[in-house]
Amino acid sequence: MLRKVTLLAAALVLVGGPAFAAGKAKEPADIAFSFEGPFGTYDQAQLQRGYKVYREVCAACHSMNLLAFRNLGDRGGPFYDPKYPNANDNPYVKAIAAEAQIDDLDGETGDPVKRPGIPADRFPAPFPNTIAAKASNGGALPPDLSLIAKAREGGPEYVAALLQGYKTPPKGHEPASATLHYNEYFPGNFLAMAAPLAAGKVEFDDGTKSTLKQQSEDVAAFLMWAAEPKMEERKQMGAAVMVFLVLFAGLLYASYRRVWANESH
Amino acid sequence: MSGHSTYQPKSAFTRWIDARLPVGRLVWDSFVDYPTPRNLNYWWTFGGILSLCLGVQIITGVVLAMHYTPSAAGAFNSVEHIMRNVNYGWLIRYIHANGASMFFIAVYLHMFRGLYYGSYKAPREILWLLGCVIYLLMMATAFMGYVLPWGQMSFHGAVVITNLLGAFPIVGETITTLLWGGFAVDEPTLKRFFSLHYLLPFVIAGVVILHIWALHVVGQNNPTGVEPKSKTDTLPFTPYATVKDGFAMSVFLILFATFVFYMPNALGHADNYIPADPLVTPAHIVPEWYFLPFYAILRAVPDKLMGVLAMFGAIGCLFALPWLDTSKVRSMRYRPQAKLYFAIFVVVCAILGLCGAKLPDDPIIPGLWSPLVIDSPLNSFVWLSRFATLYYFAYFLVITPALGLTEKPRPVPETISSPVLPGDSDKKD
Repeated sequence: MLRKVTLLAAALVLVGGPAFAAGKAKEPADIAFSFEGPFGTYDQAQLQRGYKVYREVCAACHSMNLLAFRNLGDRGGPFYDPKYPNANDNPYVKAIAAEAQIDDLDGETGDPVKRPGIPADRFPAPFPNTIAAKASNGGALPPDLSLIAKAREGGPEYVAALLQGYKTPPKGHEPASATLHYNEYFPGNFLAMAAPLAAGKVEFDDGTKSTLKQQSEDVAAFLMWAAEPKMEERKQMGAAVMVFLVLFAGLLYASYRRVWANESH
Repeated sequence: MSGHSTYQPKSAFTRWIDARLPVGRLVWDSFVDYPTPRNLNYWWTFGGILSLCLGVQIITGVVLAMHYTPSAAGAFNSVEHIMRNVNYGWLIRYIHANGASMFFIAVYLHMFRGLYYGSYKAPREILWLLGCVIYLLMMATAFMGYVLPWGQMSFHGAVVITNLLGAFPIVGETITTLLWGGFAVDEPTLKRFFSLHYLLPFVIAGVVILHIWALHVVGQNNPTGVEPKSKTDTLPFTPYATVKDGFAMSVFLILFATFVFYMPNALGHADNYIPADPLVTPAHIVPEWYFLPFYAILRAVPDKLMGVLAMFGAIGCLFALPWLDTSKVRSMRYRPQAKLYFAIFVVVCAILGLCGAKLPDDPIIPGLWSPLVIDSPLNSFVWLSRFATLYYFAYFLVITPALGLTEKPRPVPETISSPVLPGDSDKKD
């Protein structure tokens, strides 16, 4: 049997199994994000709105273990202020960090205590461990969102599409249990997360109308920034490197022509 | 190194050195005065490009190792620490990760060049064998390097590939246990892969020195496949080859930089940004693109052991090639039939790569009904990979030996210089 040889048995069982019975996931629609293309940058207002969506909705279940509050004030981040090149000094970042209660040890007694956060602290996780996270979410583990925009095929477009992709299931494709929800964009179509966003669920401070589409795209942009915070720096350096390499190659080509000018080859 | 040395130490100090350890003479003879055929085309620039790739991988790798934690609990987060907190860590890691792909692009072009121009034929057999050894070491190094970030694809890729060795009778289980350092891919596996991933590049560097040594003994092949006969057939390595190699390298670096700065994750897999979880198998395990043709050959054979043997045999063919080719003419420039079969071979390698990326049972043309043959419909990638595998082996084991005996090659020029005389229509190839 071929399947034995391929050593993809597990994968094939998944493909042929009930999880995929509802058919293939829909292709996410293209979104013209500001950070696309060789000169693309993050839209800071969008990152701020996206952070608010994360903070007020997603953070209730999803951790972002790789991010510290100071990252919010890093160059290219949602709350970067050129007045504070060191994000640890940024008062806005300090205020956001101080809203969180962080687990720590009392320096004198060694007793566990809670203290207000500082910019160097990581985002606190909503659950103390994965068992607790599963227990509170019908047995499903809400994935960490630090890298989600890079860890899914389709990237931020997929994230935005998924958040808007909840539909009543077509006839004959009802979920097997009440803890599963039908989503056009999810591979296999049934996921444990219920529709997290809805129009008006988050109030944007900059007056942007809080539609489902707006929230989804903003949080997708924020998650892309979280997954790839050095993207702006990378593209800026890339432009300089490209200019250098093209000039350098041109110079070498001219030298090559000159060196070989009198030689047949 | 062919011919006597023309090195003339210019100062008292260099004369003193030259009498004791003639490194200056070695460099002069190997990289300045060394005679290169004057008709080398751009396909001959990949040797220099590959040295550059090896240098870049070693330098970036050494820096990455300063920040990386080789433990199952810490590996994934330490890579993200490099990406987020280490100064220019993102740059170093993206160069290293994409550098592996660039290395393989260059090595495949280098190998196809050798195949087309008959660079493996006498007296260059050992040169070719050393190249095959380097290629094997590169594959081992790249595979172990891909495991180090300890993402989902790292982990499950390691499980699939190491399990293959278990197919060998009697010794298989011992080999896998030794490789794993236990009974499954886990912490000890990661630790030994890290250690070996640091070691092997230096082994590669050593074999590269032998490869260059062998090259400098027999001299470079050239597009005509005719050995240089007089001084007029060659030019000194510097400046003629150095400037041409330099130009080619800078063009190659533009491609390299395009990936590093603008599409750093295009050649990777999204699943590798998910931390390794032994209990969750990714829906579709695929190796990195440069292994896909061999992966397709492995899956084409409906028996695990035979599949593994076919995969290793595919590389074994390369080792045996100098003795499989019966042609008296070295370069395919003068072998119209061989040229055709070679072109098909290149396409077949690309098709195998495509098959390796697809699920075996996926249809090639969606919606087209086809009869079930043995275990799969004819319209499936597994059948395409079977036909391609057949051609791959036939190319080495049947076509190459037979063609050399039966074909009638076109006339070969007397010397390298003669075909480049004005009016020769064969100037561009």
